[in-house]
Parts: sequence; C-alpha cells; structure tokens
Amino acid sequence: MAAVAEIVCWALGWVLLTSGAAFVLIGGIGVLRMPDLYTRIHAAGLTDSLGPILVLSGLMLQVGNPQELFKLAAILLFMMITGPTATYALANAALMAGIDPVPAESSRPDREQVR
Amino acid sequence: MIVAVFGIFLLTLLVVTAIAIVRSSDLFSAVMLSGIFSLLMAANFFVLDAADVALTEAAVGAGVATVLLLGALALLPTDERQGNRHVGLAALTMAANITVIIYATHDVPPLGDPAAPAQQHVAAWYLAHTPELIDIPNVVTAVLASFRGYDTIGEVFVILIAGIGVLFVLSGGRDQLLPKRPEPTLNTALKHHLIPQVVGRLMIPFIILFGLYTQFHGEYGPGGGFQAGALVAAGLVLYSLIEGEQAALELTPPNLLFGLALGGALLYGAVGVIAMLLGGTFLDYSVLLSDPIAGQHLGIIVIELGVGLSVTGVMLTIYHAFASRVS
Repeated sequence: MAAVAEIVCWALGWVLLTSGAAFVLIGGIGVLRMPDLYTRIHAAGLTDSLGPILVLSGLMLQVGNPQELFKLAAILLFMMITGPTATYALANAALMAGIDPVPAESSRPDREQVR
Repeated sequence: MIVAVFGIFLLTLLVVTAIAIVRSSDLFSAVMLSGIFSLLMAANFFVLDAADVALTEAAVGAGVATVLLLGALALLPTDERQGNRHVGLAALTMAANITVIIYATHDVPPLGDPAAPAQQHVAAWYLAHTPELIDIPNVVTAVLASFRGYDTIGEVFVILIAGIGVLFVLSGGRDQLLPKRPEPTLNTALKHHLIPQVVGRLMIPFIILFGLYTQFHGEYGPGGGFQAGALVAAGLVLYSLIEGEQAALELTPPNLLFGLALGGALLYGAVGVIAMLLGGTFLDYSVLLSDPIAGQHLGIIVIELGVGLSVTGVMLTIYHAFASRVS
C-alpha cells in the first residue's frame, strides 16, 4: 500500500514538474514574441508565478523527509510573495519612467487585419 | 554525466553573459548583467558541490555588489563614454592570454579526480583529522576558521581596508570620512511604491533571521560569517531602500557601522592574542578552554561572529557612503 502511494506521488510529481517547466518555457517565448514592455512583463510575470508553484509542488511530492518538505514550502511561500511584487515594481518603475502603456500604431499588426 | 551537461550549459551562459556585459554601452544593463553573471557563477559552484562558496557568491556577488554598483551608478552618467580605444592591441593581448590558458588546460586533471595534486596535498589530512581535532561536520568551516585561520584573518582585514579605501576616495579630501545624517526634509523612500514597501517590511525580519541562521549554523551546514554578514547587510540595505536613507542612518548610524567593521576585525585578532596569553600560539583555539575540542568550538564561533560583524559593517558603510551622496 505504501509502495503504491509512493509511485502515485512520484508520477504526480513528474506531471507537476513538466507542466511547470512548460509554463516557464511559454513565458520565455512570450517575452520574445510580445510587442512592447508591458505585455512582456505580463507574459513573464504570470508564468513566473505559476511555474515555480507547479515545480516546487512537484518537488514537494517527491521528497521523503519533513525537513526538506518544510524548506520547499518556505521557498514556495517566499516566491509567491516576491514574484508578483517584483513584477509590480518593474511595471510601476516603467510607468514612472514615462513609458507609454499603449503601443504605437505601427507595432500593432492586428489593427491592419481588423480594417 | 548530468552534472557535466549542466555544467557546460551554465558555463556557456556565463560566456554569453560576459560578452553581453562587454558589448553593452548602457551601464545600467551592464550592472544587471553582472548580477546575472554572479548568479550563474553561484549555480556553477553549487553544481561543483561547493555550497559555501555558492552561498557567498549569491549573497555578495548577485546581491550586495549589484546594489553597491547601482549606488555608484546613481552618481554617474548611465552611458559608457566612447573614448578612442586601442582595440587591436587589446585583442592581441587577449588572444595571447587565451592561447596560454587553453594550452595550460591540457595539464589540468579531470574534474573530481581523486589523484589530482589538489586532492593529494593537505586536503586529505584535513578530512582525516577534522573529526578528531575539531569535531564539527562542516570541514569547510574547520579549514576556514581553524586550520587556515591566518588566511581568514587576512581576508577580514582586506575587507576592512577596502572599506576604508572607499571612504577615503568618496570623501574627496574632506575631513569628514563617514557620511553625515541627511537633512530631515529629505526623503528618498519609495513613497509611491506601497506594495514593495509592505512586502519589504514583511521580508526584512526573515532575511535577518536567515542571516543569523547562516551565521550560527556554519559549523553544521553551508554558511559562516562572510555569508551571514552579506545577508544581514542585504536586509538592512532593503530597509534603507524602502524607508529612506535618513531612517536607515537613524537605525544604524555611520559611527556604529564603522565600529562594527573595526570591532569585528579586532574581535578576531583578540581571540588570537588571548590564545597567546593562555600559552598557545596565535589563533590556536585549543587552549581557550580546558577541553581542546570545546575550545576549538568556542574559538570558531567567536571568530565567525567577528567576521560577520565586520562584513556587515563594511558593506553598509560603503553602501551609505554612496547613498548619502546621492541624496
């Protein structure tokens, strides 16, 4: 019975780890593909919050002893608080520096298609 | 195999970052990239099983050094000055150096080779005798604090002298070395940044707590005075960033910080002198207590405390020397 639970935890852990890695990868692609600063912050910020949650939860399912579990939980809590704060600080600093949140017409190819 | 692949990946990123730093003419991005460089280096040290060095590199290189460089940058223009550079001569010198280094790597033993000279020299003796002479689990701390205590006291005084040097350079020949308290009207705090302020206030106690854990856990796990000093300094720099330079200088006046820097180094030296008075040699902790192993433990704890105080004091003194000139 204990062996079955261990295998389930291990498999579920890998599912969470790979999906977390996929989200981080999507965020990376988003940073490269998005047209301006704010949409890039959006892409990186969302996936950088969700990715570590999934990866660390996956690791928490796979570790054996309570001490490591507690350390991972503490890191998870830390990242859940600091990640969105860093995203906010970055976007706020950009706004303070006078970067316009609305991209210029030329950098929005979708407008052409609508017309 | 996995370690080798990961190491090559990290080293490639390291080279890419280094080239980006050289090519960037925007000094702000160069500072940020140097922070990334340090973080990659820390990951590299960790892959090589040097957790103590990785912790130092992450705390000092990626954390405090980046803040100090940003503090210096606030006094400077943000773009690199375009001078007439002798690119040809520099490239030639670099090419010659790189050739010599690549040639030399053919003589380097494989990574982790137990027959390598570095492993055969005194390292084996330290590993064999640490349990019997000092009896702490972290051999790195035993080597750093006790076996090679002379090297470490040298490092602490180098840091202290570097701090004094920065103060002299920034004072610009004035009599006043340490920064004065700024006028009460000045407020450099993040006034319009409520969320970072709230989160920062939430984080600071935990950063200081982790610094203290690193300080006093150095005998059992990765850590020690250098890492702890940098962590505590980082926490107090964060305090200064969110509450303003004036509030930070009221909490930790410049005289107190410089006193910590000096006192920490002198505490280290004092342990050595006390050992001499008790009939041992300089920095021989075995004579501090009747039981030699307990004496070693006491000596290591006290000198690590000295290192931690000194590192915190020097880093915050340098930070405030820059920050108080900006405001």
